[in-house]
Amino acid sequence: MTSSALTKPQMRGLLAKRLRFHIVGAFAVSLGVAAFYKFAVAEQRKKAYADFYRNYDSMKDFEEMKKAGIFQSAK
Amino acid sequence: MFFRAAWSLVLRKTGPGIRGMHSPGSAAHGEGKMPPYTSYHAQRTYPMPDEPFCTELNAEQRALKEKEKGSWTQLSHAEKVALYRLQFHETFAEMNRRSNEWKTVMGCVFFFFGLTALLIWWQRVYVFPEKPITLTDEWKAQQLQRVLDMKGNPVQGLASRWDYEKKEWKK
Repeated sequence: MTSSALTKPQMRGLLAKRLRFHIVGAFAVSLGVAAFYKFAVAEQRKKAYADFYRNYDSMKDFEEMKKAGIFQSAK
Repeated sequence: MFFRAAWSLVLRKTGPGIRGMHSPGSAAHGEGKMPPYTSYHAQRTYPMPDEPFCTELNAEQRALKEKEKGSWTQLSHAEKVALYRLQFHETFAEMNRRSNEWKTVMGCVFFFFGLTALLIWWQRVYVFPEKPITLTDEWKAQQLQRVLDMKGNPVQGLASRWDYEKKEWKK
């Protein structure tokens, strides 16, 4: 027909190729997101709570709140 | 692109009425339909329409159609292109060409954002009633002080950002 012969395009396995690419990608992305969440959010939060309660004196806290006058039953 | 698709769908429904019309003395292009009401519109989702693009053929084109009934290997390249052009309005490359429509769309969107902003501003000045007492700054400050006294969310939230010794927000 025309001057130069074109290369024959990929005829088969198009869905399989796309699926493979996307499945691998989906795995990688979800693992990455989960790892990020674990370290940036979950571990941070656990540390924050541990630090808060390490030297927490609940009676002192109560006295401070009582002095601020928020309780109705303890003035 | 969706407008064109919707428009051509509308036209296809009213198609049978319009296709019957033949404008007398039409150009050599010969599609026999009054522009812009052609019932033919190239669509990626409808690649093989029922009717060919040119229905009124002159003698030369009719001869070509006869030749098409024989072996296609005898058609020259120019003849094949001519037959394509008789059958179809636009090639896929032509129908899929990009346009500058998005600029118009974005412009109109932003324009209406701005118009809406002006309307809402007018509304705030002339329509809204007085703020309730609970939204005044004084009340809000007292409310915040009460929450801090109660030590709301002392681990990671509000009270954790307040420095109780210095009585100010932590840096």
